[in-house]
Amino acid sequence: MSKILYRTEFHVFVILALFSLLCGYINAGFWSPLNLFSILKSTSTIGIMALGMLMVIVAGGIDISIPAVAVFAVYSTSKFLVSIKYAGGIWVPFLMAILIGALLGCLNAFFISKYRLAPLIVTLAIASAVTGFLRTFIGSTVIANLPRSMFDFSRTNILSVTQADGSVARLSVAVVVFAVITVLVWLLMNYTTPGRGLYALGNDPVAAERIGFNTKRIQFMAYGLSGALAGITGVIHVSLIRQANIRDLEGVEMEVIAAVVLGGASITGGRGTVIGTLLGVFLIMVIKGSLILMGIPSSWQKVVIGAVLIAATVVTSLRKKSF
Amino acid sequence: MASDFLRLVDIEKQFSGVPVLKKVSLSIGQGEIRCLAGENGCGKSTLIKIVSGVYDFDAGSVYINGIQRHELRPVDSINAGIQVIYQDFSLFAGLTVMENLALNTQIEQKKFLVRRKEMREIAERCLAQINVDIGLDRLVGDLSVADKQLVAISRALVNDAKLIIMDEPTTALTQHEVDSLFEIIKGLKERGISTLFVSHKMREMLEISEKITIMRNGVIAADGDIKDFDEAKITYHMIGRNLDDVRFQAPAPSEANPLLRTRNLTRHGAFRDIDIILNPGEILGITGLLGSGRTELALALFGKEPADLGSIYRDGKEVRIDSIQTAMEYGIAYVPEDRLTEGLFMEQSIQRNMFATIYDRFVGSAGLLNLGDIDRKSGDMIRAYGINTPRYNNPVRSLSGGNQQRVMLARWMMTDARILILNGPTVGVDVGSKFAIHEMLREIARGGVGVIICSDDMQEIVQTCNRVLIMQEVRITDEMVTRGISDADISMRLKRARQESYRE
Amino acid sequence: MDNHNQLPQSLTSRLFHGENNLFQLAAITIITFVLMSALKFDTFFTMRNMTSMSFLFPELGIFAVGMGIAMLTGGIDLSVVGVANLSSILVGFMFIRFFPAEASPAVAALFIASMIVLAILIGALCGCLNGILISVFQVPPMLATLGTMQLFTGISIVITNGQAVVGYPPQYSAIGNGSIGPVAIPLLIFIVILVLFSIASRRTVFGVNLYLIGTNLKAAVFAGLQVKKQLTAAYMLVGALAGIAGIIISSRTNAAKADYGSSYILQSVLVVVLGGVKPTGGKGTVLGIFLAVLALQFLSSGFNMLRFSNFAKEFVWGAFLLVIMVINYYTNERRKT
Repeated sequence: MSKILYRTEFHVFVILALFSLLCGYINAGFWSPLNLFSILKSTSTIGIMALGMLMVIVAGGIDISIPAVAVFAVYSTSKFLVSIKYAGGIWVPFLMAILIGALLGCLNAFFISKYRLAPLIVTLAIASAVTGFLRTFIGSTVIANLPRSMFDFSRTNILSVTQADGSVARLSVAVVVFAVITVLVWLLMNYTTPGRGLYALGNDPVAAERIGFNTKRIQFMAYGLSGALAGITGVIHVSLIRQANIRDLEGVEMEVIAAVVLGGASITGGRGTVIGTLLGVFLIMVIKGSLILMGIPSSWQKVVIGAVLIAATVVTSLRKKSF
Repeated sequence: MASDFLRLVDIEKQFSGVPVLKKVSLSIGQGEIRCLAGENGCGKSTLIKIVSGVYDFDAGSVYINGIQRHELRPVDSINAGIQVIYQDFSLFAGLTVMENLALNTQIEQKKFLVRRKEMREIAERCLAQINVDIGLDRLVGDLSVADKQLVAISRALVNDAKLIIMDEPTTALTQHEVDSLFEIIKGLKERGISTLFVSHKMREMLEISEKITIMRNGVIAADGDIKDFDEAKITYHMIGRNLDDVRFQAPAPSEANPLLRTRNLTRHGAFRDIDIILNPGEILGITGLLGSGRTELALALFGKEPADLGSIYRDGKEVRIDSIQTAMEYGIAYVPEDRLTEGLFMEQSIQRNMFATIYDRFVGSAGLLNLGDIDRKSGDMIRAYGINTPRYNNPVRSLSGGNQQRVMLARWMMTDARILILNGPTVGVDVGSKFAIHEMLREIARGGVGVIICSDDMQEIVQTCNRVLIMQEVRITDEMVTRGISDADISMRLKRARQESYRE
Repeated sequence: MDNHNQLPQSLTSRLFHGENNLFQLAAITIITFVLMSALKFDTFFTMRNMTSMSFLFPELGIFAVGMGIAMLTGGIDLSVVGVANLSSILVGFMFIRFFPAEASPAVAALFIASMIVLAILIGALCGCLNGILISVFQVPPMLATLGTMQLFTGISIVITNGQAVVGYPPQYSAIGNGSIGPVAIPLLIFIVILVLFSIASRRTVFGVNLYLIGTNLKAAVFAGLQVKKQLTAAYMLVGALAGIAGIIISSRTNAAKADYGSSYILQSVLVVVLGGVKPTGGKGTVLGIFLAVLALQFLSSGFNMLRFSNFAKEFVWGAFLLVIMVINYYTNERRKT
């Protein structure tokens, strides 16, 4: 039992709890269903990406192409579906975006595993190429007349609560998608051989190969899934704001990396948990949300996220140095 | 022989044109315990990597159970029942003991889902095989070095291993642990499992193995029953000649001013109450097992990981050494054990490697380096230290191990060091160069420099040092003058020290 | 051993057979130039185009020299553009608030000179933060500079509310738009930087130490180099260069904005990798960076004439970076065997 006190996840949880209490103290509106639901909703998009990033980071890499991949996947999907006047269910947009995202992720994995190139530089290059390709060959205007099913998705709620002032707070179905993906990623990382391979690869690539892991395939899995999850995030994001814009999600990789590192994942690979990442995402979202609640202009968000990321990395680095 | 599990015939291997293995043949019978002996750099490791499928061989044939294998990939080797325990253990710090032990069976059986129950059973069984008890759910990163090794050994037994190759398995073990390892190996023999025991420690070879193969410079120097060998014979085949029994004699110390003296020097968890005296012109050996604290002591004297308590006197004056820079100010130099990672800048030129520490002495007007002087001095140093290279602008990577070590010596002697500490000065150095380096060290000492050599090579200690300290579990437990003793004497004292500390 | 054997390699043999592949790179640059001239002779191969290029590429070149220093030490600096924007915004505020409306030429010159110094100092200060994070706290450079990039850009957004800062005095814009004789001032600044850094890289203790640190950090510690100081100084230098780039950008465009020029990060990595700097550190030359930035500018300028959009160029740069790294991979493999 005492062991839990030393775990990063526990520390993050304590900080999250204290911070939430502080926010609630300053502004009682923090604990309102409306605010909590809105935090959960925004957590869903960042959170799904963060789970992909977690797998990549545990495997010893990094993927800063996810916003570019997400936008590419959802924008080209939307454009295509609009052009064929698609009127079917939400599954098709999701599947298409997942497929496109996974393919682009595999492209990352190809360069990283085959040519042993630095993941940061590869994903930087892929991000640039993907964004440039999208804007040159596919389109750059805002798509507002999205397929009906995507609108419907944004209106589907799993819970409605009437608040004290009579307004109704609704919990988006996106939260369910997030929850399902969380469970799946947790199962994958903890209960499957390739999932444990992510950790093995991040710990020691040579040894991982020695005991029989196909390390290239594991890299394809990590980056491919990261891309696929980015695709899902793209569809959810676009559905929720009801238009597809090529400028969407710009810079979101910062929050995602900050969340994963904050959640105790080692940036050099081999360590990191789904629970930690979830807590990291919540903490970032609560911090962002609290800025608004406390009346701090949203222009401060970047500064705060940057500071949190720097603080988180310094703390993890210090811990590694002292042990 | 039909019962040979593994037979290698005339194996050849080159690396970028340099032959590393020349017509090497080796066979291991079922249940046989064979020792593969040889100096560092003789080709042992390459041979192991060929057997385990990490390297391909250029020529020759490999037979496993009498069947010829033209290609041997790591998977083939594992499937054939060959398991290698590498010196670095190849364990995963972030995974549990259980996973480290049983994950590979899951991979082999191509299981997508991890069966924890099954893994737990496998892991328990493996640990039971060698009679050890380590918490299955602990992260391997949190284990001690010895426990890590036990995990590595028991992992090799997981799936029907037929041959276990142990690459210097006793380096980090206490005597008790070595004894139980030998029991394990004998137990394996009874179950028909062969062991290839790679070592350069005489006593261990003579104690455990039935057959011995000795390699030297990429060829088999000798092969046969261990009964036909003794220490002298093994040494002869390992180094290619009988050892001249050289001894180094230091000048009588002038009592007044030892170069260096420590009192109660302590670093928590590394070494305790160390009192040493180093006189000018003396070569002092420090020996002891991995974990005895000898490397840590050397690092403390060099300011890399400073001591917490106690005092250091330099020429009789108390000094505080809390960084490498202060150590250098006091004329202390350190040649690290691992040239590749701690010593050299492999891709950089020989010149840059030699001058790395003293570039600031060649700053001329306008703060610019005086490249002409540096070039001239480079040529001088290369001649003085007999570094075999056509050009000092060649990368240091192009040099042999011995020449690389000369570059290290040149680097530090240019700093006008008064105290030279070397950790494993001839690890990975060929025999010829080894003796040349030893002579160089004696020459340096004759010039009045105090030399400290940390080594587990007893011959090296006996022949190069005039005095030796034995470290055991973070303390100095014994001191001997090397004159008139043999390396076996030191080994014996070391072993006795081990046993005593075990009894305590 | 023969004495003549100890002579250093001749310059030609270093150029043609040396590991830097400078000859190859020079060939690429010339071929790009010839190709672009052939494609669009009447627009590309004109004095006007050459002049306009000479105002454009120094910015990228200066960023690339900074990025090159970071990568030489085995790191990377993703915050360079953020640093440039922050320092030019702060300088812009100083101009708006304190620059006298009817300044005499002497006062104006003095004020502008002190603002240049200020921009460089702000850059060095930002770089110092990076350096401390990387060397003292041992945060991986990628992560440290990703965080500070966000931080610096965030600060810029907060103090400007995301708006562009305008209102630099006309005298200031002479830096980014003026020429001395036929030579554009930005180009002149770039050349001075190149010469200084080229000398520093080979002929100062600091320069040589950076190569050593980049090759093997641990060995550098054991060789007694003051690794923490040197790394911090290196990142301060990168920041100072970003400050200079910021001056050129803000004086050329007469504006500064928090999110300006983010594509420069990828482009400077591209230039550095193309210029033969090893991403893992320890290898690279200033001359290589110069040739690479020229090649890239010829390409870019040619693309403009072929009516490529900025987006299309973004695509090409990304793809180009991957191609260059793959080619490097194959040439290294070949060299090994």
